[in-house]
Order: sequence, then structure tokens, then C-alpha cells
Amino acid sequence: MTAISPTANQAAVRDASIAVAEARARARLRRRHALVISLRLAILVVFLGLWELGADYNIIDPFFFASPSGIWQQIWSWITEGTSQGPLWLQIYVTLEETFLGFVIGALGGIAAGIILGRNRLLADVFSIYIKIANSVPRVVLGSVFIIALGLGMASKVALAVVMVFFVVFANAFQGVREADRAMIANAQILGASPFQITRTVIIPSAMSWILASLHVSFGFALVGAVVGEFLGAKQGMGLLISTAQGAFNANGVFAAMIILAVMALVVEFIITRFENYVVKWRPAPFNEQGT
Amino acid sequence: MQVQPMAAEKLSQAAPQADAAIAIDDVTLRFVTPDGHMMTAIRDFTMTVARGEFACVVGPTGCGKSTTLNLVTGLLRPTTGNVRVMGTPVTDISRDIGFVFQADALFPWRSVIDNVAAGPLYRGTPKAQAYDRARDWIARVGLGRFEKHYPHQLSGGMRKRVALAQTFINQPKILLMDEPFSALDMQTRTAMQDELLDLWSEQKSSVVFVTHDLEEAVALADKVYVLTAGPGTVKSVYRIDLPRPRVMADIRYDPNFVEIAKVIWNDLREEVQLGQSRTLQTGH
Repeated sequence: MTAISPTANQAAVRDASIAVAEARARARLRRRHALVISLRLAILVVFLGLWELGADYNIIDPFFFASPSGIWQQIWSWITEGTSQGPLWLQIYVTLEETFLGFVIGALGGIAAGIILGRNRLLADVFSIYIKIANSVPRVVLGSVFIIALGLGMASKVALAVVMVFFVVFANAFQGVREADRAMIANAQILGASPFQITRTVIIPSAMSWILASLHVSFGFALVGAVVGEFLGAKQGMGLLISTAQGAFNANGVFAAMIILAVMALVVEFIITRFENYVVKWRPAPFNEQGT
Repeated sequence: MQVQPMAAEKLSQAAPQADAAIAIDDVTLRFVTPDGHMMTAIRDFTMTVARGEFACVVGPTGCGKSTTLNLVTGLLRPTTGNVRVMGTPVTDISRDIGFVFQADALFPWRSVIDNVAAGPLYRGTPKAQAYDRARDWIARVGLGRFEKHYPHQLSGGMRKRVALAQTFINQPKILLMDEPFSALDMQTRTAMQDELLDLWSEQKSSVVFVTHDLEEAVALADKVYVLTAGPGTVKSVYRIDLPRPRVMADIRYDPNFVEIAKVIWNDLREEVQLGQSRTLQTGH
């Protein structure tokens, strides 16, 4: 047997050609990235442009379907002159406060209930049927009940947001607990963990990715709960702003409020993602999406 | 003609001595399946492991090999018969026991050092002391540079090293291993077997090592239990008198080793064939 190794010259040539190929590949990646971003911008511009032109030439009736410039003017006047029910910031603040309270209470309750039922077979078997029923009821309707019972103030909106959030988080936490790896639990048990230690150091961390996934969705639900609650009856908030705009046949106002709500949701979504990355930093890094 | 000394001695089964490290005496285990049927996992099972002894259990798939380990941990209770660990009947998970799993049972959200320190921390050792010992054990399995890594950043062999450190840090008098190296490639497995024998000879623990790999069993063990196709019972027991210390990479070329493996394989083969034909018939 003889071992064959490349000469120094061959190796140098090979290294040089690898460097060239790498530079080319990097340039290709950069070009693709730029292409994706410009296509995204182009789609936005074309969409808004067609909408605006359609509204100008009355192909799309701006009275019913608004127009980008009208929406922008509406937002600008809310920012500079305030809304009919007070400054815009106050409306945003009120809705955010209701959403956050509902989100936090609902999520904590859902996590606690999910873990307790997930760890207890009997409770899980007994309650599963009721949870299914409660989950299939359109919970938004409860908003009316809460307005009757809790009044026009903040409590009724928070309650609706809680109900919207609770079941989503609960279902995920429960599933996460049930999916916890058997071998891992047995391992902790044999290493000397008490049942409480197992819950704290094995069950909760392994349910964490399920719970975090539900937090993304459920913040949106909390926002829907708060806005619908305001819709049904309130003295302040973005939902009331929409309902007032609707009453005045102000399509621009409805769209403007919708965009403000979307921006709020995106900002919070960003914060939750940061929090998630911080909490589950042990997870292998996911493949990066192209262009983000 | 010179007669080769036969290194595999077939032992007759006797009732276990009371002070053995592990004594499983005439145990039958049945359990009720979720659809209400009785299943016999093992029947009339007797096994003795002396203190400091390395016992391997081989048998066809699904014959209840892992069940025997769970009887020793106390996670399963025998239907009839009794199980003693260090002379006392098993009632709860004993602090003397360490268990290495087939699957990855490390906690993926904990770094290597947090994983290894888990045992002492669960058992109430002060934090500083637990981490000192963990550092020591990580160094002993050769992962000193990887203390802060998470399991997903390590190779399969390195994760097994962490699992060994995690188990040995509790200084178990009894070490149970359920096909611990079956997922590793050949070279890594050989290295891990050497590592295990080193740790075992230092710690003087009694080992029950379950495997489907007969050569692994012969290479490691003082004593090999051959089980019948399910419901499992002991078919025969062999004492392996190969000299120690053994070197895993070389032992499989040892003529004595080859001879022993052949003898036991003849015994095991029928059971494997029986187990396979049964699997094909019932589909599980």
C-alpha cells in the first residue's frame, strides 16, 4: 500500500480556485438578497399605486374602500389633531393595556392549568371533554356577557382577552407536558429528582417550546379580544375608534385604525421573538430564511 | 493434540444468595395492556449479580431484556417473586442505582456541566460542591473543553460520554445499562466500551448491561445471560473467563473470544429465529 498525497503546487492551485469559487458564491447570495428585497418593495408600490389610481379614477369607490392617501391623511390628523375621543396615543395605550393584562393573565393561567392537568392523568381524563366543549364555543360572544356583567370599563375587555388567550396557551402547555420525553423523566427520577423537581427541571423546560409557540398566536388573540370588547361597548380605545368611524361611514378611519393595530401587533411579535430566543438559547439555530 | 481451555463455562442456576448486589428470584411480570389484555413480559426469571460483577443480558428483540432493568430500578413491580438490591427488597428507586439509557436522555436545555451536576443537585448537594465534582467528571470522560456546550452541539459519542459522567457522578453501586451504545458507529462504540470498563474497574460497581449484540456482551462481561424469545426467561448463563483488563479493539481477534462467542451464539440462534418468526406472524 502506498499513500498518495498531493504536491505543494497542486495544493496551492486548489486553494486559489476554492477562494475564487467562494467569492462568486458570496456575490450570488448578495445579488439574490437584493433581488428579494426589491421585489418586495415593488409589490408594495404597485399594490398601493393601483389602489390610489383606482380610487382617483373612481374604479374603486373611495367612499367604501378608502384610498392610501386618504388613510394616510386620517392617521396624520389623528396624530396631529387627536381623535374625536381624545389623543391617539391614549387610545393606543388603553387598548395595549387591556391586551397586555389579558395576555399575561390568560397565558399564566393557561400554563398553570396545562401543567397541572398534564401531570395528572385523572384530572386530564375528567376535564378533557369540558375543555373541548369550551374550546369549540365561539368565545368572542362572551364579550357581550362580560360587558353586561363587568360594565364598559377596562375589566370587561381584559376578561374577554383572557378567555381568548387562556385556551390556546392551555392546549399547548398541556400537549407540551404530555410530549415530555419518557426517557428524560426516568433519567431525572433515577438521578434522584423528586416529583416537584421533575416538574420544574424537566417538564416545564420541555413544554417551553410548545408554550412559546402558543404565545405568538395568542397575543394576536388578546388584541382581538380587547378590540372586540371595545367594539361592543367602551369609552376609550382603538376598537371604539373603529366603531365610531364605521358609524360615520368613514372607511379611511377604519383602515387607519386597522393599520395602527397591525403595527402594534408586529412590534409586540418582535419583542416576543426576542424573548423566545433568549429563553430557548439552548436550541439549535434554525436555518436562516432567505432574505430576512 | 492440545486441548484449548474452554473459557465459557455454562453455569447452573441456583437460588440467589441474600447478600448479592442484585438478586432477582423467580420473578414473573404480567401487565394489563391499555385494551384490557394480560401480557406476560417475563416469567420465572432468576438472576444474580455479585458485588463488582459485570453481567450482560442478551436475547432476541422484545424478550423483556429492558424489563429486567426496570425491575431493579423499582419502576416496575414483579407480579410474583421478589427483587433484592444489596440485600434489601426493592420498594422505591434506590440511591445506589445509576442508569444509562439507549436513547439520548440528556436534558437538551442544560449545558454539559449542568447536565452532569444534575444528579448531585437533585440529591441536595451544595451547588459549589456539585459543580466541582461535575467539572472533575467531565474532565475524566475527556470533555474538559466542552463544559459550556449544549448537547445538540456535541457528537453522539460525546453525548454518551456526558451520559456516563452524569451517571457515574452519583457513584452508583449498581449500574444498569440499556443498550447504551447501540446507536453509535463501530469505532465510537469500541472507544466507549473501553471507557466504560475503565470507569467500572475504578468504581467497582455491579453492572447489568442489556444488549442485542452478543460480541459486545462477551467482550465486556463476567457473566452472560441468554434469554428466550418472549415471554423471556433465562435460557442459560455463561461465565466468561477472559483475562482483564480487556482491550476492546483487540479482544475480538482473540481465539478464545471467538470460541466463546460461537458457543453462545449456537444457544442464542434458535431464540432469535423463534422471535423473528413470531414477529412476522403477529406483526409486532
